[in-house]
Formats: sequence, C-alpha cells, structure tokens
Amino acid sequence: MEQLKTIGRELAMGSQGGGWTGQSKEFLDLVKSIGEARSKAEEDRIILREIDSLRRRIAEPDVPRRRMKEYIIRLVYAEMLGHDASFGYIHAVKMTHDDSLSLKRTGYLAVTLFLSDDHDLIILIVNTIQKDLRSDNYLIVCTALTAACKLINEETIPAVLPQVVDLLAHPKEAVRKKAVMALHRFYQRSPASVSHLISNFRKRLCDNDPGVMGATLFPLFDLITADVNSYKDLVISFVSILKQVAERRLPKAYDYHQMPAPFIQIKLLKILALLGSGDKQASGHIYNVLGDIFRKCESSSNIGNAVLYECICCVSSIYPNAKVLDAAAESTSKFLKSDSHNLKYMGIDALGRLIKINPDIAEEHQLAVIDCLEDPDDTLKRKTFELLYKMTKSTNVEVIVDRMIDYMISINDNHYKTEIASRCVELAEQFAPSNQWFIQTMNKVFEHAGDLLNVRVAHNLMRLIAEGFGEDDEGADSQLRSSAVNSYLRILGEPKLPSLFLQVICWVLGEYGTADGKYSASYIIGKLCDVTEAHLCNDTVKAYSISAIMKICAFEITAGRNVEMLPECQSLIDELSASHSTDLQQRAYELQALLCLDSQAVESVMPLDASCEDIEFDGNLSFLNSFVQQSIEKGARPYIPESERSGTFSVSNYNSQYQHEASSHTLRFEAYELPKPSPTPATPQISVSTRTTDLVPVPETTYYYTENNQASKLPPVSDASSADHGIKLHLDGVQKKWGRPTYSSSSSSTSSEKKTNGVTRIDGVSSPSRGTLYDSKGQQSEVSAEKQKLAASLFGASAGKTEKKLASTQRAPKATTATAERPGVTRAVSPEISKQKAASSPPPDLLDLGEPITTTTPTIDPFEQLEGLIGPTPGPSTLDNSVTTSEQKAPDLMTLYTDTPPSSNSSISSALGDIHSSDKNSQMAKNVPSIKKGPNPQDSLQKDATARHVGVTPTGNNPNLFRDLLG
Amino acid sequence: MGIRFVLLVNKQGQTRLAQYYAEHLTLDERRALEGEIVRKCLARTDQQCSFVEHRNYKIVYRRYASLFFLVGVDNDENELAILEFIHLFVETMDRHFGNVCELDIMFHLEKAHFMLEEMVMNGCIVETSKSNILMPIQLMDKAS
Repeated sequence: MEQLKTIGRELAMGSQGGGWTGQSKEFLDLVKSIGEARSKAEEDRIILREIDSLRRRIAEPDVPRRRMKEYIIRLVYAEMLGHDASFGYIHAVKMTHDDSLSLKRTGYLAVTLFLSDDHDLIILIVNTIQKDLRSDNYLIVCTALTAACKLINEETIPAVLPQVVDLLAHPKEAVRKKAVMALHRFYQRSPASVSHLISNFRKRLCDNDPGVMGATLFPLFDLITADVNSYKDLVISFVSILKQVAERRLPKAYDYHQMPAPFIQIKLLKILALLGSGDKQASGHIYNVLGDIFRKCESSSNIGNAVLYECICCVSSIYPNAKVLDAAAESTSKFLKSDSHNLKYMGIDALGRLIKINPDIAEEHQLAVIDCLEDPDDTLKRKTFELLYKMTKSTNVEVIVDRMIDYMISINDNHYKTEIASRCVELAEQFAPSNQWFIQTMNKVFEHAGDLLNVRVAHNLMRLIAEGFGEDDEGADSQLRSSAVNSYLRILGEPKLPSLFLQVICWVLGEYGTADGKYSASYIIGKLCDVTEAHLCNDTVKAYSISAIMKICAFEITAGRNVEMLPECQSLIDELSASHSTDLQQRAYELQALLCLDSQAVESVMPLDASCEDIEFDGNLSFLNSFVQQSIEKGARPYIPESERSGTFSVSNYNSQYQHEASSHTLRFEAYELPKPSPTPATPQISVSTRTTDLVPVPETTYYYTENNQASKLPPVSDASSADHGIKLHLDGVQKKWGRPTYSSSSSSTSSEKKTNGVTRIDGVSSPSRGTLYDSKGQQSEVSAEKQKLAASLFGASAGKTEKKLASTQRAPKATTATAERPGVTRAVSPEISKQKAASSPPPDLLDLGEPITTTTPTIDPFEQLEGLIGPTPGPSTLDNSVTTSEQKAPDLMTLYTDTPPSSNSSISSALGDIHSSDKNSQMAKNVPSIKKGPNPQDSLQKDATARHVGVTPTGNNPNLFRDLLG
Repeated sequence: MGIRFVLLVNKQGQTRLAQYYAEHLTLDERRALEGEIVRKCLARTDQQCSFVEHRNYKIVYRRYASLFFLVGVDNDENELAILEFIHLFVETMDRHFGNVCELDIMFHLEKAHFMLEEMVMNGCIVETSKSNILMPIQLMDKAS
C-alpha cells in the first residue's frame, strides 16, 4: 500500500522512466543508426548486420539476464523491420520463465509478437502461463492473462480455462478485467468451448469496477450480435448504465477531455442499437437516454462528436421515433456543415443511415452532398458514392451510375474498382430505365473493369441482348440488337479490351452480326478474325470467336448464299486445327465439317436466332432403353446412378474441404474420398450444345468430361446463358428484376460490397482526369446553377433540365439517338464540373506540400483543429502548461513540412525546424525558453545528456527523432 | 473485433511500432501491408480527412510531429473515437516519458507495447484511464 502511494505521487508528478539510462551502448547505437537511416536499404543493411551479431551472441553460454532482455528487444526490432529472427524465438520463450516481472513480461511480449497461435513453440508456453495464472503477484497474473489472449488456441483452451474462470472473482479489478477479456478471446476462438460459461459475462456486467464492467461489454456485444433475443432483458440494465455514465457517476479517471467515459458510452450505444433494432418495446426504453445525450453532448470536441455520431447510428438502427430522429438529423446537419473533412465524412455516413428511415432528410443537404462528391479528397468522395448508391432509385439512376462510371475510370485501385463496378451493374440491373441505356452502361463498365467482373455479369448481358424486352415488340428487340452490334463494332477498334468483354462481343456478333442485313457476313467474319489477332487473347476468346464465325457461316448457308472463305479466316482455321487446345481444334474441325453440309442440314444444326429457344431433350435417354435392355439380357451389369455409388460430392464441396485442410494444420483421420468426376452430367451438355457444336457427340462428351474434371471454367460456347444451369435455360429472373415498380428504393441497399477476393492491387491515387479539371475558370453564379441542376437530378427535387432529359430517355428511345446523346451529356457535364471545382476549391497540389498551404490555408484548418485539441480544451495538467498562442501555433504547423521546404525560404524554415527540434537540447532550450514546453525540464536535460553521450544529437541526421509528439 | 492493428511509422515510412490483433501475419504479408498503407496515408494532405478505406477495412491515422499513428479498424468502427484513442495513447506516453518524442518510443519499445497491451485487448479498447494504464508499468519499473 505504501508502495502504491509513492507511485501514485510519482504518477501525479508525471515524470520518470523517460531517461535512456540502463541500456547498453550497443543498443543505443542500434537505435541511433536505425533512427538516422535515410533509406530502407540502409536500414536493411543495419538490421542484417545486427542479426548476424545477435545470432552469434545470443547463443553464447551464460548471457546475463538483463543483457538477454536487450537481445530479445533487438530481435523484436529485427522482426518489426521485416527480417526473420526465428533463430531467437526459443530464447524469448525461455525468458517467460524468468522470475523478474520486467523480464517475464518482455519475454511474453516478444513471444506474442513472434509466434502465431499455432506455432510449435506454443506448447512450451502453456505450462508457463498455467503457472503464472496461479501466481500471488497480481501483476504476473495480469501478464499471463494478456499473453493467454494472444497465444492460447482452440486446443489449449481447456488447459487454462478453469483458472481463468476462477480469476473472474479475483480481488484485483485489473485481474478481473483481463480474465473477462481472456474469456472473450476464448469465445471468439471457439464458442463451444466456453458456451457453458457465458452467464459469467452477465454477472461481471454488475461489477463494482467500471473497467471490468466496460470490458464485459465486448463479449456481450459479440453474444448479442449472434443472438439478440436472449438478451432483451438486459436493455433496461444497459440503459441505466448509459444514463449513469452520461450523468458522470463514474470516477473522474475515466473522463476523456471532460467527456465522461466516452468509449464506454459508444460501446453501450452500439449494443443498444442491436437490441433495439426492429423492436418497438425495447426501443421505447432507449429514446430517453438518447435524447439526454443529444442534449448534453458537446459538439465542439472531437470526442463529443464521436459520441453524437454513435447516437445517430443508434437512432437509425432502433425503431423510429420522431423526437430522437429530429435530434439525429440536426446533429447530422451540423456535421455536414462543418469545415472539417472528418466531420463531413461522418455526416455523409450518418446521412446514409438516416435516409433509410426518412429519405426526405437528404434533401436539405443536397448541396453539401454534391460538394463532398466533387471534393478532391478520395475518401470523402467514396463515402459519398456509397451514400448515392443507397439512395438510387429509378428516377436518378442514370445520373448516379454515370458519375460512378466516370469515377471508376479515374481510379487505379483494383479493389475499389471492382466494388464500384459491381455496384454499377447491380444498380443498372435493378433500375435501368431502358435496355439501350443498360447496354451502354454495361459497355462502359466492361470496357474499363471487364477483367474484374464476375463471369455471371457477362452471361446476364448476353441473355438480355438475346431476350430483348421479353415483350411482344419484336421491332424494339431487333433494334436493340443492332444497336448492340453497332456499338460493339465501334468498340472493337479500341486497342485493348478485357477478355470477358471480347467474349460478349464475339457472341453477340455471331448471333446478330448479320441479322439486320446492314453488315455483310464477310465484314463480320473479318472483324472476328481481327479480334483473335489484334487482341493477344486467350483460348476462351478464340473459342467464342471461332464459334461466332461458324454461326455466321451457317446463317449464310441457310440463306442460300455462298460463303467466301476469307484468307485470314482460313489461316485462323488452320491455326486452330493445330492448336494445343483440344477444344479449339474441335471447333475448327466442326466449322470445316459444317461448310461441307447442305443448307437443310445446316439449318437444323444451327437455326437462326435460337439462343433463347428451349431445347427439349430427354434426360433419361429413353431412346437407348432397348439397347440397354438388350445389353443387360446379354449379361452386362446394370448402371448404378452416381449418387448411389457414393454420397454426394461436388467440386465446391471439395474446394471447401481443401481449404479447411490448408487452414487447420491438424491431421485428417478419415479416408480420402474416391476421385470422381464432378456431378455436372455430361449428357445434358451435349444436348444443349447440339445446336452449335455438337456434330460429333462422342468426342465431345469426353472433352467436357475432362474439362470439368480439371475444373477449368471454360463456358460452353453454344449458349452462354446456359453455362450456369447446364440442363435448362432459365429465362426468368433478369426481366423481373428491373424497371418494374415493385422495386422500392430500399431494395438497392442489398449489399454487394464484399464480392471480391484475391484481386491483385495497384496502388496510386493519381487520376488521369484530375489534371484537366483545374485549368478552366468559371463564374460563381453559373456554378451554383449547375450544382442546383445536379442536385435536382440526384434528389428528384423540382424538375431541372436533367430531370427532363431523364424522362425523355426513359423507355424505348431510338438506339441511334441514345448512343449519340449519352456521350454528349457526359461531355457536357464534365467541363461544368471542372469549372465548379476550379471556382469552389483551390487546386490542391499533392506534390508540393509547401506552397498551397501557405497560400490557401483557410482560417480554419481541420487538422489544426485536431492537432490543437489539447490546446483549447483544458487537457491534463502535464500537457501544455505554457501558453501556446495562435501565432506560435502557426510556425509549429509549418515545421511539419521541413522535409520539403519551398526552396526560396528554406533557410528560414530549417532554422525554425532547428529551434523546434532542439526542444531537448539544453543550451538551445535556455536560449529559447518561450518555445520550450512541458513540465519537466530536468527530465529533458537528462535525456539530452544521455543522448549526447551516446552520440545522438538533436541537430544530427534526423532531428525529427527529438521532436515532441505533443508539441 | 474492432481494431486490427496499430502501426507507428515516421515520415520516411520507417516502422516504429507494430501490433496486430486480427490475425498473425507472416513477415512478407506484414511488409507488403505496411508498405501499401503507409504509401497511401503519407501521400495525403492535412486538409483531407484522417480516414482511408483500404480493402475491406479502414485506416484511421493521425500525425504527431514526425510520427504517423495508423490504426486499422473494421468497417463498423467509430472513426472519430479511434482518432481520440490515438490521442489518448499519445497523451499516456507523454505522461510516462515526459515530452514524448520518437526516440523515446525507440528506446523503450517494450514500454510502448506494454501501454498498448493495457489499453487494447483482443482489438477492443478496454482501458482509457491513464493512471490505470500506467500503474502496472510503474510498478514494474519499481520492482526491477
């Protein structure tokens, strides 16, 4: 107790521990050289040298324990900087046995940083953890619990579980808290292993110590997420806790910038949002406390806004209530009107949540939203696109999707590109006002993100073109097709096209290239040959292309015309007949065989525009019955269906098993399954593909058989829309999906966010279009009019011009006008946008950090607000005792950029930098006492002396090392 | 899960502290990830917001003199609160070291880790009282 008091006193003085004494010269040298390293290569050299010497010295006999601790920390450095230090892991493990708390804790720390929880060495530590959990010293118990959170895996949970449960009742609150978190970890690892213990979390919620209570919120949050209904009884408890916290009933120590326990408040609000979701009764208990917090919460501090934001989230999740909804809308509008980008970001997010309940809220903020959409800040822009995605409906889909596509084209980040592309597709499928628009939109998406899209999307597009409106209007259908053909022939001129898009193009040209008689067969065939040549494409595209040629030839023969074989086509056939791919060979031979048939045979093999026809086939192959009967009579063994021979087994099944195997390193004890072909029946494939490819059924069967076995997903060329379904063409689905009034706007929020995986990434933020955006100048009035227009088209307010345009393009516009109009519209809009940008926001230049800041720094700098938080708000006494006036603040901010000072005044700014960097330099500190901050000059002096002793000087290679973080 | 990682990186992109919560990454994965996000965040200006969306999570970052504090969080995390968590971490270090600077963290890497261990467990912010965070560390110093 005595000890505690002295420590408390020392804490209050806020010093000690800052000196760099007690560490060896070597270590200080290492830190110094890393700190002053100028490049990654230099750093690598230092670390490699370090590893070399450590490897020798760590294995020496009788290394003193303190010295060993230092070695371990040096190992941590090596791994942190990206170098393998596995040779030393065992020494870290040994250090966990040490009696000294400081050494033991360092050992545990190193082990948690080095080892994954399935590492072989873990088993050596479990014993130590068990022993430490029984220790009399509560600090050792805490250390062991911390380590248990990281190191105990599913298999070793039972070894420590009883002890951890006992510790839930430990007299020390710190231990109870950590025991709760250890149990939480075990629950995350393996819910089943602790399922009988979850009542403990409820018990600990009533703990006297706010820290323990706060910790139980995390496991409870997870439990409630998994099963809301079992915890409805806790609503009242949570509400009363939140009320007490908000009324400052907790110890002052939990205050943060005068906000009572904000992190606990936030977690409670998250929990209440879950419990109140769609539950009128539960929500009824929550409104009051929400109202209180809205009233009390300070919106001038960051943390106050954090709590307010969480309140908004809660309001939007629980059963709606007009009063709190108003408060939430008010806070949201404050966020949106703020100058801070951070708050705007939160505001946009909040708005996205609130419009789900009341779409009208968005209207008030139209212009703010458009400002954010046009902000050069990528993060803000994306968030705004997310908002637009949520509020898309059939009246504004064109504007929104056009903007999304423009943005998609401008970014390089493949992950986000994929996401936004699939959102475009989703919105287009749901809300497309016309088929033409749909196809044009898809063309753009395919052209720019085709390689990132799912194959399904391509199949949908082909199906749509084949089916048309699905109504009786044949004329509109053929118009749609010829417009698609036109646009594709034009697009084929582009130098580089994604493979998926080429597949679609080839298929459509094959089916409909000559349908309207506008283009001759040889023209289309020539184009198709060009495709295989110009685009160094893969076999799939070649297969699509050769099949398309075959179709066109067949249509020509059927129509009684002679097919002239172009030389390039002949050479393509020759090339493919000798291809390594059996599939391409097959197709080439089939084409040659087809050319020799008479028109009647050809017509029955390849009927015109029959991709949508249902092909009837007899899945039972009943015409073989007599043959089968005969064979059985002759003594053949009867056929046993595959499903009866062994249980069900599918490719996906296999995959998941395989993945499971890879992820868990445990042994498998059950026998391996028999290798079998995938269940996709070979026979239906044949009958489906009859129309185009299947002249010689027998080799075809074997082909598909092997192809499926390899699981290489070459879609059957005959009819892409049948690819997914194999047996029967599914003609329903697409049509119903869009354009119908049954779809409300809320259905758009079905998320497609996490579609992507394993996408390789290209980094970089530069957008090609950005450069052009800034050179034009515009007048303010014009700008706002343009914005109004955009707002009108987005938010569906009183009809602007764009709105009218929308109406006119809706439903059955002529193909040609649509194609002419579209690019026109986008082109007309984009210069306007650039004008707006140039006028509304000064061009920020990413490369030159120095200048634009001095010239454009507005009176309110969001970052200054953030950085300066400690300044204005009376923080803890240790900070900022000296007054920092705004004048002093300004140069302080400027020195952040000493790295790239503008050349003209570099001497000044570097001098400034020197002054600041020498905060800890004793002589300088005396010279400029006004700049010297902080409560503890002795400490700084001492630090400085040591540093000089070691050879690190504040004016050395990297003065930044000395800069006060909280300056 | 909440917090996926805490990363301290200086202006040159050199790592000063790294702690991962979501899963154990191999050295190569870590190197790639750190390079990628550091490049992304350091390229941003002070006017832009302190959040960056990255793959399927977000990075909340804040700059103190020469050091960037980057915290990777799940998508449902409250960004502003994380921003303040970073500040709390810095304040706590400042209380312990007195005028904390980059070099303090480098010389006392393990102490900085210990503070983080007290504040964050399983990726959740479990302690926000500075005296509670520092108590075990001060006691440990006393004992040794």
